[in-house]
Amino acid sequence: MVSFNYVIKDELGIHARPAGMLVKEAGVLASEITLEKAGKKGSAKKIFGVMGLGVKCGEEITVTVEGDSEEADAAVMKAFFENNL
Amino acid sequence: MKKLTGKPVFSGTAIGRISVLTKKDESIKRVHVDDMEGEQSRVMTAKEQALKELQALYEKAVQEVGEAGAMIFDVHQMMLDDDDYLDSIKNIIALENVNAEYAVATTGDNFAAMFAEMDDEYMKARAADVQDISSRLIRVLQGKEQSNLDGDEPVIVVAEDLAPSETVQMDKSKVLAFVTRFGSSNSHTAILARTMNIPALITVDYEESINGRMGVVDGKTGWLIVDPDEDTLEHYREEQRLEEEKRILLREMRGKETVTKSGKKIKLYANIGSPSDVASVLQNDADGIGLFRSEFIYLDKSTYPTEEEQLQAYKAAVQNMAGKTVIIRTLDIGADKQVDYFEMDKEENPAMGYRAIRICLDRIDLFKTQLRALFRASAFGKVAIMYPMIISVSEVLQIKKIVEEVKAELRDTGIPFDEDLEQGIMIETPAAAMISDMLAKEVDFFSIGTNDLTQYTLAIDRQNAKLDPIYDAHHEAVLRMIQMVVDNAHKEGIWAGICGELGADPELTERFVEMGVDELSVTPTFVLPIRKAIRDIE
Repeated sequence: MVSFNYVIKDELGIHARPAGMLVKEAGVLASEITLEKAGKKGSAKKIFGVMGLGVKCGEEITVTVEGDSEEADAAVMKAFFENNL
Repeated sequence: MKKLTGKPVFSGTAIGRISVLTKKDESIKRVHVDDMEGEQSRVMTAKEQALKELQALYEKAVQEVGEAGAMIFDVHQMMLDDDDYLDSIKNIIALENVNAEYAVATTGDNFAAMFAEMDDEYMKARAADVQDISSRLIRVLQGKEQSNLDGDEPVIVVAEDLAPSETVQMDKSKVLAFVTRFGSSNSHTAILARTMNIPALITVDYEESINGRMGVVDGKTGWLIVDPDEDTLEHYREEQRLEEEKRILLREMRGKETVTKSGKKIKLYANIGSPSDVASVLQNDADGIGLFRSEFIYLDKSTYPTEEEQLQAYKAAVQNMAGKTVIIRTLDIGADKQVDYFEMDKEENPAMGYRAIRICLDRIDLFKTQLRALFRASAFGKVAIMYPMIISVSEVLQIKKIVEEVKAELRDTGIPFDEDLEQGIMIETPAAAMISDMLAKEVDFFSIGTNDLTQYTLAIDRQNAKLDPIYDAHHEAVLRMIQMVVDNAHKEGIWAGICGELGADPELTERFVEMGVDELSVTPTFVLPIRKAIRDIE
């Protein structure tokens, strides 16, 4: 299991557009990817899971990646967040 | 090609695609279902269809606004394909033994509620996204066609009825016309159509299957034509062209002076029959009202209108004209009109019978009531009074005597009126035309009623279609009379105008100007075309 924290920089938080992109990106990865915000969890591969967290600008989330390729997959997710959120 | 009939509440022609609005929660009934698997598979099939629709929308959006803007449809697809969402629907079907539509609606509501509860404004708004995809899914399940008001082309909106809240949300630039099953001429639909200046029909019985088809709205006849053939389309395109020409004319001629190229000014007024026509007078930019027929006050009643009633009606029109001249004609009723309470005898020849000023000079009280109301109304704007069917100087003298009495009475009771109120007469009998030199000494103006003048002069009943071939509206006899009347008026320093239909005949406009006619009063829709005709004269 690999996890990292990330503080959202995007003004609109994880709104529909990046949420969609996130779900797409996470969807192709083999690992299980979970987002957590203040105790609430949601799968990064499910649109309602991601949007349901209502992550806003400035909030910190924990991204947990689990699976055979977790190291590589975590790197992809990290890059994604840095570039889009 | 199908022709549906309704009542037009605003005229004009619209050609475009029909978009039938269906109310959102209309017909989502909770139905007991035993075949749960069948129902669940219905959902999955509908989902595939909905996804296809969203894909098409995505592709269209990419073309039009680029990928960023189109992303929302991508997100919608993800929502629709989301396991949690679909599981929720399937579970409701299984646990409650209900139909797919109900399960989707419930799921949609639940997920929307989840978003609505978030404290983020943006997230709250996403509740609409969930409802949107749920509506789409339900629509596919119900087998209904897509409503394309979401599209970019403007459409003919068809609905059961249109609530103010619904029309507020509509993008007005996308609406070509309104067509509703219900509604009245004063309903919101009608008012909106008038404001937006687009055609509207009410009480049209339509089937939802017309959604997406090409349509024509004929605001004159009240027809909604579905899938018009080429000939029909051509005809209506021509209509639209003519309407556009009129609009351009309106824009060009409004606010311009009615004057010939050499600087001769003509008063261009309008003829109306009720206070509600004043709007049309103003819209068509007439310089004033040259004939306000007062019969409306007497018709459709079971007893004589009171002075107060009359005052209110005249006052309203006068005020709305805001200082522009309003020439009101005293009652011009005869045995041919439906006014039972007048208790008039049946006549062989009502056109030449006990009518108009003859009634007034016989029933003085009736006359005085109207005169009092007219003089009182003169305190609120610029009023002039005109007396119909005059044949002698003695009639005019009688009228003036009665008028002086009325003025004295008003003065004595301190009721204000315009002391400079102009009084004129209609020249509509050959007698009046022949003695117009004598009459000109007694009044402030003449208004030539060419309709009746022509009838009496040619001895032709205009209602008699058999005589159409010999009825010459441009008869030299009438034109000579007009010239005579104008000359006699000018000799005594008064003005002469025409309020009959001939005034609106563009073939005669130049001739009238040459004759020296000072004023033309026409149906409101002819004001601007006649202004143009006059401005084209040297």
